[in-house]
Amino acid sequence: MKVEGSIKTVILGEIIFPILLLIFGIYHGLMQALYRAGIIKDMSFLGIEYYQGLTLHGVINAVVFTTMVIVAFGNAVFLYYLKRPLRPAVQWASFLMMVIGTLMAAWAMFAGKANVLYTFYLPLIAHPAFYIGAALLLVGSIVPLFFDWAPNYISWRREHPGEKVPLAVFGVFVNHIMWVIMLVPVVITVVFQMLPLSLGLVSEVNPSLSRTLFWAFGHPLVYFWLLPAYTMLYTVLPKIVTGEGKLYSDSAARFAFILFILFSFPVGLHHQFTEPAVTNSYKLVQALFTFGVAVPSMLTAFTVAASLEYSIKSKYPEVKNSLFYWWTKIPYISLEGDKWLVSYFMAGLFLFFVGGITGIVNASYNVNLVVHNTSFVPGHFHTTVGGLVTLSLLGISLYLVSKLMGKEIRFKGLAVLAPWLWWQGMLIFEYAMSVAGLHGFPRRTNTGISYLNPDSPLYRPEWVGYAELSAFAAFIIVLGFIFWAISFFGTLLSPSVREGSLEFPTAEALHDEKAPALNRLTPWFAISVALFVLSYIPALYDVTKRGVFFDSPGYTDKNPVPITKPQSAKEEKSTAEVK
Amino acid sequence: MDRAEKGAFITAVLFLSFFFALIVYAAKGLNIDVPTCITDVKPYTQGQVIQHAPNRYEIHYLAKMWYFEPADVELPVGSTVDIYLTSGDVIHGFQIDGTNVNLMAVPGAISYARVKFEKPGVYHIVCHEYCGIGHQDMTTKIVVKGGEQK
Ligand code: HEM
Ligand SMILES: [Cu+2]
Ligand SMILES: [Cu+2]
Repeated sequence: MKVEGSIKTVILGEIIFPILLLIFGIYHGLMQALYRAGIIKDMSFLGIEYYQGLTLHGVINAVVFTTMVIVAFGNAVFLYYLKRPLRPAVQWASFLMMVIGTLMAAWAMFAGKANVLYTFYLPLIAHPAFYIGAALLLVGSIVPLFFDWAPNYISWRREHPGEKVPLAVFGVFVNHIMWVIMLVPVVITVVFQMLPLSLGLVSEVNPSLSRTLFWAFGHPLVYFWLLPAYTMLYTVLPKIVTGEGKLYSDSAARFAFILFILFSFPVGLHHQFTEPAVTNSYKLVQALFTFGVAVPSMLTAFTVAASLEYSIKSKYPEVKNSLFYWWTKIPYISLEGDKWLVSYFMAGLFLFFVGGITGIVNASYNVNLVVHNTSFVPGHFHTTVGGLVTLSLLGISLYLVSKLMGKEIRFKGLAVLAPWLWWQGMLIFEYAMSVAGLHGFPRRTNTGISYLNPDSPLYRPEWVGYAELSAFAAFIIVLGFIFWAISFFGTLLSPSVREGSLEFPTAEALHDEKAPALNRLTPWFAISVALFVLSYIPALYDVTKRGVFFDSPGYTDKNPVPITKPQSAKEEKSTAEVK
Repeated sequence: MDRAEKGAFITAVLFLSFFFALIVYAAKGLNIDVPTCITDVKPYTQGQVIQHAPNRYEIHYLAKMWYFEPADVELPVGSTVDIYLTSGDVIHGFQIDGTNVNLMAVPGAISYARVKFEKPGVYHIVCHEYCGIGHQDMTTKIVVKGGEQK
């Protein structure tokens, strides 16, 4: 279908703008690996400090890039499947909010006024522009849902009584409603704790409360990244794998989304297993829910594998009776038509297999004591968000740019190899980071100048080999990214060969049931919100009334003296304590 | 959902239930548990080592930008130690190598873990939560001496 000029510009902008930033994000990923291995032994490199770069890496890669491309994908999905025009004013407002917010936060981070990492835990504080920018980005990203997608969805349903909305629309819609719900706690801590402290309006806040609110958002956030990838795995992958493949079961896919609605929220305490001030039985309850939220991913593993099997076997009757051999017929490396996209999904899925297992390890309550805050954790999430999610988003970005602009994919060979290099690099990276983590190698640490520096009294030789291996792996990943980028920018800058259009390869369902219960969202969301609130009441009570004895003033990363509380007040207090 | 799907769903649930049962057993049966809400010790502003009996110690750790108090501690082998941890400023991390002690230091709150040092040796403690520009140097250790009785 043809896309109106202005909407096309917005969708392309939502892809190209974050990708320009992502180049820096990936660059600093490589730098981090080099710093940590002691190959760069310094506080900073080319004017960017380690922790400043790490903040940029986390915020750009995991927040800006993901959010903006996910919104672009959502716009494309709603436009294509519901065949209802999007409203240029809404889209521009959303896009500009996201761009301006990103630029504000980027300014603060590049200026070194927000070296707080992408989790921005209090009582470290950043420049107000960082919080305001982040808030603008996040609020901008929900504007299309409220003013474009929801009205279009409602009017579509009214005109198609009794019909199921297309699966892709269902996935995107569910995902963004979840997004709105999860933003509530983080907006509360940003607006009522971080921003006031950063502006100097209050002098003390409760950091434990802030962490709890943060992780009430921080866990569902990873499903916000993941569900668009799942949507693509359900709808796009089976179709392109053979050219006419089918999704094994439509209801199973919808059921998985419903399970995500239910269990994505009441689980944030699994990021806080080691948190003081929260009673451990509440943590155990949320550990149980976390196991619950692993179920839909396992179901997805089944549905996707079954769809692949069905699609392959219906095209190649000679493997009809094989148990394993049909896997070899998947076009892992193919230049034919849209099949280049298959390599992005398959490489992503293979990484996600590892990520799922390490995720269950992390979620396992007391087992978390072995890995919490070690490099095991970044090892894990580079195969999930840095694996399946990023590869799907990079693939769909290239796809959408070529379709919308009417261009042939340039350097298709590089585009097909890119995910496999990325896959290989990430696998080695994950191995090195995870095993080092089991030996206590900490995350978020510029280890090159201390623990991995033979001249330092803190030298820990047992970590050196793993850190060097992860640096080697980083080069392979970056090479994969460069292959992708050559193809992406080559495509972008090449002349158009046909009229731009929007289309998604869409697999039909092999098993297609009506299942009305799965298509009614309101009750599921009502249960979900109730579960969310109920599961958090005890923990919130602990961190406000029981386990936290006083609030904290704010600090910057450079100075052990608080900046929000008058110095005299603090001195008075400490002398009073001595008496 | 057809039979194969139900099979996959049930397998997933059974697998996870089995894991969860093991976790609960480790927590309740073997006493390997995660930190909980501590209200009997109030936040303090000085670190210290308290000896209760020949093999029973209590250490109050205070994490500050960018050191731990007390600094290096020596203990006899076989000591059982109650470790308390708080922060004097921002969030810090605290992991004792080779043990299950993995805590967060949060200002205004107390973390607690019990550990028994069965083997002599140097137990490194690393701050593993980002706490500002000096974070990578924030470390201390517990030296467990063999055979000695104090
Ligand atoms: C060439 C590719 C990449 C390399 C070499 C790389 C490397 C690293 C390393 C070494 C760390 C750990 C730093 C530390 O703990 O001190 C890290 C952290 C992180 N990376 Fe990557 N990364 C890459 C790509 C990505 C991608 C694509 C994403 C997400 C879309 C991502 C998201 C993150 C996040 C969220 C963190 C955690 C930051 C924090 O702990 O505050 N990375 N990365
Ligand atoms: Cu620290
Ligand atoms: Cu630290």
